Amino acid sequence: MNIEFKNINKHFGAVHANADIDFNINSGTIYGILGENGAGKSTLMKILSGFIHPDSGEILLDGQQVRIDSPADAIKFGIGMLHQDPLDFPPMLVIDNFIVGQGGKFLLSHKTVINEFQELQDQFGFSLDPYTYVDALTVGERQQLEILRLLWLGAEVLILDEPTTGISVQQKEKLFAALKVLAKQGKTIIFVSHKLEDVEIMCDKVAILRKGQLVGEVVAPYNINQLVEMMFGKQIVINEPKSLVTEEIVFELDNLCIEQYPITIENVHFRMRAGEVIGLAGMEGSGQDVLLRACAGLLRPVSGRVIVNEKDLTGKTYHDFMRHGVAFLPASKLEEGLVPELTLAEHFTLVTSHKKQLFIDKPFFHDKTKQKIDDYRIVGQPETPVEALSGGNQQRASLSMLKDSLSIILLEHPTRGLDIESAIYMWDKLKERCAGCTSIFFISADLEEIIRYSDRILVFFSGHVSDPQDSSKISLEQLGQMIGGKGWDRTLTDEETYEAITQP
Amino acid sequence: MKQSRNRSLSILFQFGGLILSLGFVTVILLLVDANPIQAFSLIWQGAFGNPTRIANVVVAWVPLALVTCGVLATFTAGLWNIGIEGQITLGAIFTTGVIRLFLNTSVNPVLVIIIAVLAGVVGGILWAMLAGVLKVFGGVNEIFGGLGLNFIATALNIGLIFGAWSRPGVASMSGTEPFPEIYWLPTVGSFRFSWYSIALTLIGLVVIYFLLQNTHFGLKLKAVGKGIKSAYRLGIPTWQYMMLAFLVCGLFAGLAGALQVVAVYHRLIPAISSGYGFMGMMIGMLINYQAIWVAPVALFFAALNIGGIQLPIIMKLDSTLSGVMQGSLVLFILLMQGVQQRVLGKK
Repeated sequence: MNIEFKNINKHFGAVHANADIDFNINSGTIYGILGENGAGKSTLMKILSGFIHPDSGEILLDGQQVRIDSPADAIKFGIGMLHQDPLDFPPMLVIDNFIVGQGGKFLLSHKTVINEFQELQDQFGFSLDPYTYVDALTVGERQQLEILRLLWLGAEVLILDEPTTGISVQQKEKLFAALKVLAKQGKTIIFVSHKLEDVEIMCDKVAILRKGQLVGEVVAPYNINQLVEMMFGKQIVINEPKSLVTEEIVFELDNLCIEQYPITIENVHFRMRAGEVIGLAGMEGSGQDVLLRACAGLLRPVSGRVIVNEKDLTGKTYHDFMRHGVAFLPASKLEEGLVPELTLAEHFTLVTSHKKQLFIDKPFFHDKTKQKIDDYRIVGQPETPVEALSGGNQQRASLSMLKDSLSIILLEHPTRGLDIESAIYMWDKLKERCAGCTSIFFISADLEEIIRYSDRILVFFSGHVSDPQDSSKISLEQLGQMIGGKGWDRTLTDEETYEAITQP
Repeated sequence: MKQSRNRSLSILFQFGGLILSLGFVTVILLLVDANPIQAFSLIWQGAFGNPTRIANVVVAWVPLALVTCGVLATFTAGLWNIGIEGQITLGAIFTTGVIRLFLNTSVNPVLVIIIAVLAGVVGGILWAMLAGVLKVFGGVNEIFGGLGLNFIATALNIGLIFGAWSRPGVASMSGTEPFPEIYWLPTVGSFRFSWYSIALTLIGLVVIYFLLQNTHFGLKLKAVGKGIKSAYRLGIPTWQYMMLAFLVCGLFAGLAGALQVVAVYHRLIPAISSGYGFMGMMIGMLINYQAIWVAPVALFFAALNIGGIQLPIIMKLDSTLSGVMQGSLVLFILLMQGVQQRVLGKK
């Protein structure tokens, strides 16, 4: 299906999120939409998929002007959108999720549907079991399910919003292969991303948005530097980070065993030095998150000890860990990190432990918030409720709320969903902390990020934890194999591992 | 500028809800062959027609406003303290118990009243904390726990009135033996209201307003209510704050119960909580948890309650009509808030 955007405009308050967007997408192409956070990509896609209405402008499908009032309308026109967070029903069966959006027929033959489901997934080499529950699937599998569902509903256009976030390398390859097949069949694929490497291998043509405006369109093959310049309006230089490791041991896991169904992690010995950065690599659900939460005091280990600054905190609560200089930044900001409906100023009031009078000194906290907003370049006001901030700004806000002197910061996916500039900024700030002798322990699905920023790497494979790998001695390919369960022959016995770590 | 436009729009929508609920009640009145205009004017007359009636409105306003203050604390912490009726009842029982202890002693009656009211406050707090303990340590949702505790409180109340504390010779639905007048909170002239109750209520209104708007405590309660996981991650001891919210609510409910005994009924009666707890929750929702609106809206509800008494007397209508009005008012205003969000949110 050919899609034409004609002078699309959309305002959110004072923000001109889409300004006179005007371009065409031809059927059978994989079309990339590039831009940093807040450039207007999502807005444009939400307009196309009926979630929001443009203030002015037209959309033409195969030359016909259409009015798309709701997502249900969009799918009737053959437009399906795959969201960054899958919009499915986790407590339901895969097959029920598959059926759920289907309109019209009241009675369904399960058998026919299952046959169609199998046929469809065979085309792409997916292997989803229709009778498992959706909450047992990984993000990548949920994405596959959603693609199948949209195709089954008759989607001719698939919009994918940051589809490679949070899925494994293997799933990414599968996804890309499936998309290529679909494009060959004549379907239109719109690929929204800020990851240049994905866009580079996938897209036939890209449109670049910046601050709500269409900067230009580029046809493959691409010059990456040119794309970056178009996205940000300037060249971006990535500095190689320096290692800031000291000799002082700040954190120790002693023979730690943790169980969190279905993951069991056994006998982790590990010592971390002040200023060190440790990356936890592994496919989603391999146990990294379990270990990280145990390090924060959010999960009680079955046996073993967690030692922070020579104090045994095993079995203590998260708040005890906080008092001893441990901070935890979870991945889902609005569920576990920031309180929805509370403003930035209210957050800073909550996290400030000194100034404990009965009444809130509002001018004081207003000024303090203003200062933090400037320091961390958060786009917002002290009165802005946190859910109104963009993902990147929520991440910055969370970072800015950390106490000044910390021993260790535990992070889940610190740069997930951030554009290059924001990600670089995030790491600059974290490295500043390292210079102040804070250690960083982080999970990421982005292996390049792990290799670039870590001093040492722990690799996870279904609950097994590797001995720490020196990041300067491991290649991207080796790491990719290890998270897939290969190349583990070098694993030492527990005693040997312990020796190796204690004599860095 | 945009904000002020939104605010005036919001008032417009609330006003629309009011009109709709009036329309709804009018339809009901027409259905039962009653003259709506006569009914509304009777309610007005019944509430403000003469000084005694105005005084009675104030008498109803006191517990209603107090209970609403309490409910705001638990609502702010994201808790549905349905058990508030039981907390009022326990306040009344504790107060009655203390006065009975001192009935035939030479202790200064003023001191007895003070101790009795404090005991009532303690009773309300204990009953609320029980709901809190069930929630925090037992995993019992506060709605179910509170509902159960309400039944127990009612049973306890009836048991005392007909058993241990029954009148000599006759146990009766009219309650326990009234206390001698020296144990009554002094009222104004021949009216039923007491300056002391009003003063306590006004203090309560001011306290809850500042507590929720301007203190670190209030902000932490709000954080717990809006996102308990995030609040925990930010370092707030969440279960302790939930218990404190119950404590504050129990305090207000217990005070309301105590004042019903020492200032209004001068004895324990079976329906001592009079549904004020549930009504307080309705008001809390209606005013969208804004403490500043407690006093006027509680006054409005109290007026409906007192004015509604005239309906069965003069028009032979059921007295629950004022309840229908209150309920439909809450429903329609909440409905209009939903409509407003849809209209403003989408565009």
